[in-house]
Amino acid sequence: MTNIVVLVKQVPDTYSERKLTETDHTLDRESADAVLDEINERAVEEALKIKEAGEGEVTVLCVGPDRATDAIRKALSMGADKAVHVSDEALHGSDLVATSRVIAAAIGKLDSVDLVIAGNEASDGRGGAVPAVVAELLGLPQLTHAHHLAVEGSTVKVDRETADEGITHLEANLPALVSVTEKINEPRYPSFKGIMAAKKKPVETYTVADLGIDAGEVGLTNAWSAVQSASPKPPRQAGERVEDDGEGGTKIAEYLVGQKLV
Amino acid sequence: MDLSLTTEQQALRDTAREFVDAEIVPNIQEWDRAEAVDRAIVGKLGDIGFLGLTVPERYGGSGGNHLDYCLMMEEIGRGDSSVRGIVSVSLGLVAKTVLRFGTEQQKQAWLPGLCSGASLACFGLTEPDTGSDAANLNSKAVRDGDDWVINGSKMFITNGTWADLALIFARTGGTGPKGVSAFLVPTGTPGFSHTEIKGKLGLRGQSTGELTLDNVRVPAEAMLGSEGEGFRIAMAALDKGRMSVAAGCVGLARAALDASVRYATERDQFGKPIAGFQLVQEMLADMAVATDAARLLVWRVADLIDREQPFGTAASMAKLHATENAVNAANQAIQVFGGYGYIDEYPVGKYLRDARVMTLYEGTSQIQKLLIGRALTGVSAFT
Repeated sequence: MTNIVVLVKQVPDTYSERKLTETDHTLDRESADAVLDEINERAVEEALKIKEAGEGEVTVLCVGPDRATDAIRKALSMGADKAVHVSDEALHGSDLVATSRVIAAAIGKLDSVDLVIAGNEASDGRGGAVPAVVAELLGLPQLTHAHHLAVEGSTVKVDRETADEGITHLEANLPALVSVTEKINEPRYPSFKGIMAAKKKPVETYTVADLGIDAGEVGLTNAWSAVQSASPKPPRQAGERVEDDGEGGTKIAEYLVGQKLV
Repeated sequence: MDLSLTTEQQALRDTAREFVDAEIVPNIQEWDRAEAVDRAIVGKLGDIGFLGLTVPERYGGSGGNHLDYCLMMEEIGRGDSSVRGIVSVSLGLVAKTVLRFGTEQQKQAWLPGLCSGASLACFGLTEPDTGSDAANLNSKAVRDGDDWVINGSKMFITNGTWADLALIFARTGGTGPKGVSAFLVPTGTPGFSHTEIKGKLGLRGQSTGELTLDNVRVPAEAMLGSEGEGFRIAMAALDKGRMSVAAGCVGLARAALDASVRYATERDQFGKPIAGFQLVQEMLADMAVATDAARLLVWRVADLIDREQPFGTAASMAKLHATENAVNAANQAIQVFGGYGYIDEYPVGKYLRDARVMTLYEGTSQIQKLLIGRALTGVSAFT
């Protein structure tokens, strides 16, 4: 029986226009469609595969505003068994250290966790450090950037792949924390039965106070980092047009060489 | 009256959208040119439970009601009418009919496979000489001991060359509707053969076949419903089938509208996007209004079915309006696209070719008008 916790986050859809609010430079959640981060779908998929190969229970854990229930429901529709949702106004603008402390405290509320699976980085903040910080706070071995994951008895084996360092084979005793990359799997679609079953699955909701954390330790004003200014991405420039007067191919090749693209 | 969707219905629609955008839309041009969809799509639809919607879980289905079914069909229809047709026939016309009229044994035998996508079904009503006049079909089934021996041919049968199960309507008695019975015939039965019909204007990705039954012998238990009940079963299946086609057509029209809106805002002529011209906006507005009206007609049918109310005339109205609108919307989309709409680089030409059959099959627009007219006046124009 493997008890797995999957960390999930609701993020603005990468297909919509993403921006920061003008007042405090935090994410403008209202301006974009909110979805379960795709990397988290892969994390859920990996947990479900481990569960289906043996025995286990999959709990999804989400820190986010009330509307994040949609992301939680999607993970439950895919097949996760239950969820923990930490929602508190005080969390608005929390940095990744505070967020990780909240996640660690919420995991502490659960009985006998064997494996924590997270995405390697969220598509909005892109800090990419939450899995490591959570592992450190919980005293768990961290096996990050996994593109392959296997649980064998009381050990977990991971193929870790990063752009600069090639592939490393890691192994640790459970309990442990693994973060996965987008190469790990192709997530399943929620089935219709899964969608209908999701509404009956338990979702436990906590505030920071429930987790024994002082509201004064989280949120924007207590963050260790601050965004001083932000400006929107400049609009896309018009492309360069090559008229073909018989030399079009040469001109395109010269352009590509000039841009160091070939 | 509350027309909002439940959380689960929104999730179903979102999943269907995601599935269609990832698994269907990127392939439609290739499938259309190859005159065959990738059959793996059937298993994928089964895996997420879409082939079992409205069939109870004890028969391998997914549960759900007819509005759920229509939400799914609109999304699949938005992606590819060929795929939508596969589902409409296997689930909508056959599985649902087995569920309603079948014996426990028939339901156990066929529904789990049809709901998982392990098997496909086709609906064998139309014949080379009888289309709208289905009550005068010529295929014959003759009793021989404990068996029935069926002879005849069936024309324009969707899933015809792929199906594992054929719901075949054949004459067991005298002339007219009361002489027709329905049979569940495994397509591997000796004497059963099929020929692929190529060269269709649209729905090219779909297998469409001509079926030939040459002394096909099935046991008495293969009869669906009772002897002479076949025509009633066929009409009941088609009533629900009309909702299914109509829901798919709402999706097709929406795809045409979405493509037109996108193109109109991107295409510049006379120094501004063509969306800024009033005559273009008129086309877009007409498409939007008629498409929303079609959806509301479809949802009314689903609601009537789910509340177990009579829905036949409402289904005819939905089918008539939604199919005619699909043709109009796709045609208008080509007008918005201009010359680019005439080549298959863009999907709108395919939308029109696919839409064109919708006003023909499962009851032509003229048949729908006669059904609506008969309901209004009490006078049948059929006899």
